[in-house]
Amino acid sequence: VAEMRRVCVAGAGVIGSLFAAHLSRVAEVSALVRRDEHAAALGRDGLRVSGRAEFTGRLTAATLPDALPEPELVIVACKSLDLDAVAARLAGHWPGAIVMTVQNGIGADEVVSRYGDWRQLTSVTFMSGTRHEDTHVRYVLDTATWIGPARGTTPADARAVAELIVASGLKAEAFDDLRPAQWSKLIFNATVNTVAALTGLPHDPHFAALDRPSDLGHLVRALMDEGKAVAVAAGVTLGEDPWEMNVLATERGSAHYPSMLEDVEAHRPTEIDMITGSLVREAHRVGVPVPLHETMERLIRAKEDSWH
Amino acid sequence: MALKICVVGCGAVGSLFAANLATLDDVEVWAYDLARTHVDAINRDGLRLTGAGEVVGRPHATSAASDLPSCDFGIVATKAMHTDAAIAATAHAFADGCVATVQNGIGNEEVLARHVERVIRGTTFPAGKITAPGVVQWDVQGDTTLGPFEDQPAPFAEVERLADACTRAGMPTKAVADARGPQWRKVIFNAATNPLGALTGLTHGRLCERPDLRALASRLVDEGKAVASAQGIELDADPEELIDYAARPEVAYNHKASMLQDVEARRQTEVDYLNGGIAEFGRRLGVPTRTHESIWALVKGVEASWQQ
Repeated sequence: VAEMRRVCVAGAGVIGSLFAAHLSRVAEVSALVRRDEHAAALGRDGLRVSGRAEFTGRLTAATLPDALPEPELVIVACKSLDLDAVAARLAGHWPGAIVMTVQNGIGADEVVSRYGDWRQLTSVTFMSGTRHEDTHVRYVLDTATWIGPARGTTPADARAVAELIVASGLKAEAFDDLRPAQWSKLIFNATVNTVAALTGLPHDPHFAALDRPSDLGHLVRALMDEGKAVAVAAGVTLGEDPWEMNVLATERGSAHYPSMLEDVEAHRPTEIDMITGSLVREAHRVGVPVPLHETMERLIRAKEDSWH
Repeated sequence: MALKICVVGCGAVGSLFAANLATLDDVEVWAYDLARTHVDAINRDGLRLTGAGEVVGRPHATSAASDLPSCDFGIVATKAMHTDAAIAATAHAFADGCVATVQNGIGNEEVLARHVERVIRGTTFPAGKITAPGVVQWDVQGDTTLGPFEDQPAPFAEVERLADACTRAGMPTKAVADARGPQWRKVIFNAATNPLGALTGLTHGRLCERPDLRALASRLVDEGKAVASAQGIELDADPEELIDYAARPEVAYNHKASMLQDVEARRQTEVDYLNGGIAEFGRRLGVPTRTHESIWALVKGVEASWQQ
């Protein structure tokens, strides 16, 4: 197991910023970002965290890997839509590093693997926050990041990264096999994100309501049942039950705004392809019908179309 | 003695009936509506139609149900969710008469029958919009079909008498023994297209241009046809033809479905009487309507999001 003193976070949106700022307290952190002014601001002002923690992390930042020190760990935290572009910029660099993806959906590992022979870890994260500006992120939900081995890594590598993240003040957990957790989250996300984006509702008790025939809980549960049937056919035993995750989350009191709802409200392209799209592709591969997820995917894509 | 007809709910469609009928010498027309400015303008300047026909009619307009005389016929044209309140207020005027509905959706006849004895099932295709108090833009001409409501029928001779008056007034109307065919064709058309526009923001033509959404509309049509067929209803034509016809540039390519207009104005929609109606009949008859149920729940979710 490699010692991890230097970490590069590729993509400094909400999730990337939360990782970069926290890890800067226990490692030498660099950030690979898209815009020059973003890199300059991070180098100058550092990265402030508010909300569940209050501090400012110090890090180096650049738009190209050549300008950064060689890390032992790369956390690819960009949006799934930018994954190809970010992985292409990493191509040819840092062959000794472990590259960990945190994108929603399934398939991010495979995209990254096309751009280099790095050893890889896979992860899903449940933490959330809000970006206030390039150098300020608010830490909202302190839920865990789950990490598991992928190409060329072992459970011990996953544990080492989880320990580093925990030492930095975030929550993390290592798994010998992440697929059960990844699939639970995929089914949860594909359902909650699309329903929120189409209705305008944050993830609130409407999503678990079953009293009247038109209550949303019936649709939410039916979407989750479709997803579970795909998981079974793909040979995956689910971790947490997505419906129970839904009920628990909506009972928490503070309604969460899923990222797809925020994207739709800002008329930004959504992650539909990586979330519901990856579930539907997997369903077709294993021959399980998913008419409701297809309906949701079509409606979201058409909604994106309406902005042009 | 003049025939007395009261139009209950003088929005765009109600105004088309009221203005045209008021041009007949042998018909006395009353227009009941809660919008005072519209009522006052009608009484002051008459009710003016422009566009598909240039008409000025002079019905007696009122917002006070107690003003209404005893009438031979009622024509109810409110939005479906206002049926119960409107007929409860005006039922006294129809103690000796018959009441027809020309509203969207299914279930209106059942509501009328709780308040009046003799009910006429009806479906109308003309459309327009109120552009100013007392002024209605007449967008689309079209036929109306009337027939006795099976559970509490008006005598067929009375149905013919009302159809004759409408036809002479310039609103072509047929009296038929079974009016369910045209009604279900229109309900299926509306339920297959209106909510897709409301959920995505696309006009009728643009949603028909996307093969994925056009296929989704067909899935909704097929479920609707199965529910109609389980009741022994023969559609008078295929709703698919109406969908493709309306997508033509010269017909309704750029038309924003009324449900999309409602959503943009944050007004309650008629989804309970369209997709909700089909889903409820489906449930009672044991016919699966998974897609209608999902769409129904999503639109109800949109309405709920306005309360946040």
